[in-house]
Amino acid sequence: MIRKIGVILLGLVFLGSMAWTPVFDPVQAEVRKPTADADYARTKLSKGGIFKASYTSEPDAVPVNRLISWKLKVETPDGRAVKDAEITLSGDMPEHGHGLPTQPRVTKNNNDGTYVVEGIKFSMTGWWTMTFTIKANGKTDSVTFNLQLK
Amino acid sequence: MFPFRAFAFGILLAAGVMLVMFCLSAEAATAEKNLKEIHAWSGEEISLLRSLSLFSLPALPKDPSNAYADNPRAIELGKKFFFDKRFSANGKVSCGTCHMPEVNFTDKLPLAMGMGQTTRRTMPLTGNAYNAWFFWDGRKDSLWSQAIGPIESSVEHGFTRSMCAHLIADKYKKEYEEIFGKLPRINNKSCPPKASPGTGNPAALKAWNAMKPEDRDNVNRIYANIGKAIAAFVAQILPRPAPFDLYVDALTKNDLEAADKFMNRDAVDGLRLFTGKAKCTSCHMGPLFTNSSFHNIGLATTDKGRAEGIDKVLADEFNCLGIYSDAKPDECLELRFIDTNRAKYVGAFKTPSLRNVADRPPYMHAGQFKTLSEVLVFYQRSASRELEHNELTNTELLKIEAFLKTLTGPLSFPK
Ligand code: HEC
Ligand code: HEC
Ligand SMILES: [Cu+2]
Repeated sequence: MIRKIGVILLGLVFLGSMAWTPVFDPVQAEVRKPTADADYARTKLSKGGIFKASYTSEPDAVPVNRLISWKLKVETPDGRAVKDAEITLSGDMPEHGHGLPTQPRVTKNNNDGTYVVEGIKFSMTGWWTMTFTIKANGKTDSVTFNLQLK
Repeated sequence: MFPFRAFAFGILLAAGVMLVMFCLSAEAATAEKNLKEIHAWSGEEISLLRSLSLFSLPALPKDPSNAYADNPRAIELGKKFFFDKRFSANGKVSCGTCHMPEVNFTDKLPLAMGMGQTTRRTMPLTGNAYNAWFFWDGRKDSLWSQAIGPIESSVEHGFTRSMCAHLIADKYKKEYEEIFGKLPRINNKSCPPKASPGTGNPAALKAWNAMKPEDRDNVNRIYANIGKAIAAFVAQILPRPAPFDLYVDALTKNDLEAADKFMNRDAVDGLRLFTGKAKCTSCHMGPLFTNSSFHNIGLATTDKGRAEGIDKVLADEFNCLGIYSDAKPDECLELRFIDTNRAKYVGAFKTPSLRNVADRPPYMHAGQFKTLSEVLVFYQRSASRELEHNELTNTELLKIEAFLKTLTGPLSFPK
């Protein structure tokens, strides 16, 4: 009996551990590529609606396979500059399961609500996402931009 | 009677001539229609094709870490070093042993042979200066620090940096000093020939550690300068227009007849597949057909590739941030923003350029495939998530192969 319970327990533990292993599912809802033009906008409200973020790229037409820099502008939804944000970012190709070939970061705070991001490089053509996590005024929120690179 | 017969004959003749002319012109019209159909590209497609053509290759990028990169004397001296077999333990190996100019600077072997056998295939050197990382795993961040790697490799040149210093002092003193300034004194005491920290040989390391710091620095500087001269030469190895480039040029001028001479229907169909359905251009892009990034395309291999190259380049005393580099730290962008996510790059290798690819089998980092068709069958079957191509039929593979063959053109390098 005790052995039986032991085996069942072990089985449960095994099943539990399986459930907790993140199994990659390529047809997750998130992985669906956006199609509407609006999804590729360069100005967006963050997920929780706390910040408004926009980027400009140097050069403006985002090239592939070249190190480039972006300027990220962070505001409150009503348009006041957010000057002391802590920003981290990551790029991703959701369909391919890989990110950028570089590790870009904010290298300068212009103290006017804009931030210089250096070290961005897109290694392939196709659909990319760029997610910025913004921490300011005791609040954290994130914003994801979509890019379709040719 | 006679005039009538002549008249009738004349009419018949004229009718015949007209018929023939009509047929000919109809044929010409269908031929023209065919040309238009085979070579139909939209304006947007043509601009993509232009981005792949050599005519959009930018000027050689500057290497801020090599102050001699475009010094003509350094190019000349680098070429001598490249073919000088005295830079090897057995006096039989030069860079040119494995990188033979007649065969696209490769050796046609699956795994290279120097003093011993390497674990990877020799890479072609065409257009190398446009890369950010060197070797299959990108363990070097400049052509000059790349060049001094093979010299101390036990399976390649099997030499030491100290022996290099002696060779320069004995055989190249004048040429070296004209470019790099005065040579320090090199003798067996200041520079024991067997001494080196880079060969993996404990006795060599011990001898190296016993040297005075300034002597070590002198030897390292000579060694780096040898690399800088070789790099100046290697950077000049460039592709010249291939049929594909001439095709794109003719298309841009809307000269379809000329275009048709450079690429036939199969090759054009192959090009459409390459840039379209097969999505090859997501990695093999730009005029050199490479993004010079690292990808795991699903080859079975125990070689960890880029995952191990990351730490090697970061630890390299000859990297862009090291004291032998001529760059200011903020000019070392690639190294400053290097992706250190090692797990992401297990089994990932640098996307090779496809320039002259049909002309230089075997293929892949360990020469896994003997022919292009084997490569294409591999792609047809690979389940790597990085590849997005749809089901490719065998006929489509043949067409892609026909296209790849149009990428073969002459090379230019300092003669
Ligand atoms: C024994 C044969 C051999 C010799 C000798 C040799 N190489 Fe190589 N070369 C190779 C192999 C094999 C690779 C790929 C090695 C790897 O990725 O680990 C390579 C890679 C390279 C690359 C990198 C190309 C790229 O796209 O990243 C360059 C540049 C190069 N060699 C130049 C040289 C120079 C310069 C010399 C002389 C100092 C030299 N090689 C000597 C076999 C050789
Ligand atoms: C995800 C990026 C990627 C895509 C997409 C891709 N390749 Fe590659 N290709 C590579 C890499 C990386 C290698 C080298 C792999 C290795 O040796 O481990 C390679 C190697 C090759 C080679 C061998 C070249 C040599 O010098 O050994 C050929 C030919 C080739 N690819 C053709 C194609 C074709 C045709 C397609 C489209 C069907 C394609 N590739 C799609 C990344 C890619
Ligand atoms: Cu990708």
